[in-house]
Amino acid sequence: MKKYTYTEKKDTRSGFGAGMAELGKSHPNVMALCADLVASLKLDAFIKENPDRFVQCGIAEANMIGVAAGLAIAGYVPYATTFANFGSGRVYDQIRQSVAYSGANVKIAVSHAGLTLGEDGATHQILEDLAMMRSMPEMTVINPCDYNQTKAATIALADHVGPAYLRFGRPVMPVFTDPNQEFVIGKAWMVNEGKDVTIVATGHLVWEAIQAGELLEQEGIDAEIINIHTIKPLDEEAILKSVEKTRCVVTAEEHQLNGGLGDAVCQLLSRKRPTPVEMVGVDNSFGESGTPAQLMEKYGLNAAAIVEKVKQVISRK
Amino acid sequence: MKLEELKSTATQVRRDIVRMVHGCQSGHPGGSLGCTDLVTALYFHEMKIDESKGADGYLNFSREAKGEDLFFLSNGHISPLFYSVLARRGYFDIKEMSTFRKINSRLQGHPATHEHLPGIRVASGSLGQGLSVANGAAYAKKLRKEDNVVYVLMGDGEQQEGQIWEAVQFAPHYKLDNLVAIVDWNKQQIDGSTDKVMNNRDLKAKYEAFGWLTVDLLDGNDMQQVLDALAAAKAMLGKGQPVVILMKTEMGAGVDFMMHTHKWHGTAPNDEQLATALAQLPETLGDY
Repeated sequence: MKKYTYTEKKDTRSGFGAGMAELGKSHPNVMALCADLVASLKLDAFIKENPDRFVQCGIAEANMIGVAAGLAIAGYVPYATTFANFGSGRVYDQIRQSVAYSGANVKIAVSHAGLTLGEDGATHQILEDLAMMRSMPEMTVINPCDYNQTKAATIALADHVGPAYLRFGRPVMPVFTDPNQEFVIGKAWMVNEGKDVTIVATGHLVWEAIQAGELLEQEGIDAEIINIHTIKPLDEEAILKSVEKTRCVVTAEEHQLNGGLGDAVCQLLSRKRPTPVEMVGVDNSFGESGTPAQLMEKYGLNAAAIVEKVKQVISRK
Repeated sequence: MKLEELKSTATQVRRDIVRMVHGCQSGHPGGSLGCTDLVTALYFHEMKIDESKGADGYLNFSREAKGEDLFFLSNGHISPLFYSVLARRGYFDIKEMSTFRKINSRLQGHPATHEHLPGIRVASGSLGQGLSVANGAAYAKKLRKEDNVVYVLMGDGEQQEGQIWEAVQFAPHYKLDNLVAIVDWNKQQIDGSTDKVMNNRDLKAKYEAFGWLTVDLLDGNDMQQVLDALAAAKAMLGKGQPVVILMKTEMGAGVDFMMHTHKWHGTAPNDEQLATALAQLPETLGDY
């Protein structure tokens, strides 16, 4: 098992903020919009350096999406930002018609996705957004795994022409990816090569998958770990190639089992190479208040849950 | 364009609308006919657009519209009007109107950019979104210090959408004094009169309370009054506030049996009704 260590913990949303600060310098057409959550989205640096390219929209997300579409039509590259809950389900139709169907080059960049939002509870813990955005034609969907990857994804999206949904989160997490990584949209990252099982993970679950890989190694199980940061378009080649070798898969995501990464992987495998799959995710349930770690344990979204699913899926080979 | 020319152009546009809707037995003639005079006046008289033409003889169309005035149609169901005006203005072949709402057409049921029809900048039809998009475009014009006007047309039933009021509070906050919104105040919607379905009450007072300047257009089916209202709105721009034209129209204007009712909101005429309608709308520019 390849060794991954970290020296600090940071939130992925701060990676977004750092990426925006760089784009402020390098991309004169990039704009930021926000619906009264500037501090939560870590936009302070961008706004300080580029006050003219920031549009405070107030608590009016539907209008914000439309304003972003209008700016995009005029040639700007707007990043419309809020919490994931308010940037997906609340404005689904606005994104569908004014952005995706209209081919508007808008980036929906959203924080506080999933259970790890924590104490605010289920009203804010969106666990269905990947399903909504995955099903929308023309939409690119990205869910990076740590600070560095989120920063790299934020920067890469500015040169990607087309609508995109960039999802990140609130809590501090280990920073374990390369700060100078090249982020290629749609290209999976091979975290660890192995031969007994393929663990396909996205977002905060990638670090958990690495922890699971170390636990499994102690039990003599050699896990291949793939980070799918781009949920759509899915890197089918990377997954199929891995499965040729391991012949079983566990998916892991901070999302409903319905409609997320696991579903995407199952769809791919059932069409192209039927393979046993077990899925780690939230099983048809809303979340609740609690600390991120408590919630991830209660809802079965941690390293221990991945280890258990790995054993199950290997027994089905 | 002179008044008489504008009037005869509007008559041809009305013929186009009725023929298009009849041709596919589907679509929305009522609101299209009601807004014909306004959209004709915008494209043939008021708006500054790029007049250059491509090798195919049609107007060059840039989605970004740098240096141009631009128009968004928020109540996208009156698409036959939009398509007729765009074709007659020279963006594409008038013959293409015969494909309206048919399979493999660029003239979708509601306006779309997806098939790359020149003249369309955003999809519309799901109501309430156009003013927000116009806000973004107007904001961009100000950011670029472009001296152009952004127009957006909405329905009055559409004013029932919550997003409209998010957008209505945005424009004055950012002093978008390069934005002219027009509300087609025909007092009709699918299920009946707006007063009965969901009373809009005093739209003028509401827009004023949000910080807009208002222009009353008492008869939006009188071309001279339309021109006067557009001129009045333009004169109010540049003063730190957006402008809304509250435009009273008659749904179905120009075809007697389609007027004074909401029943022709989304109904196509049969052969006999088409003949009756066309008899009231003499061909002025040649049918497609």
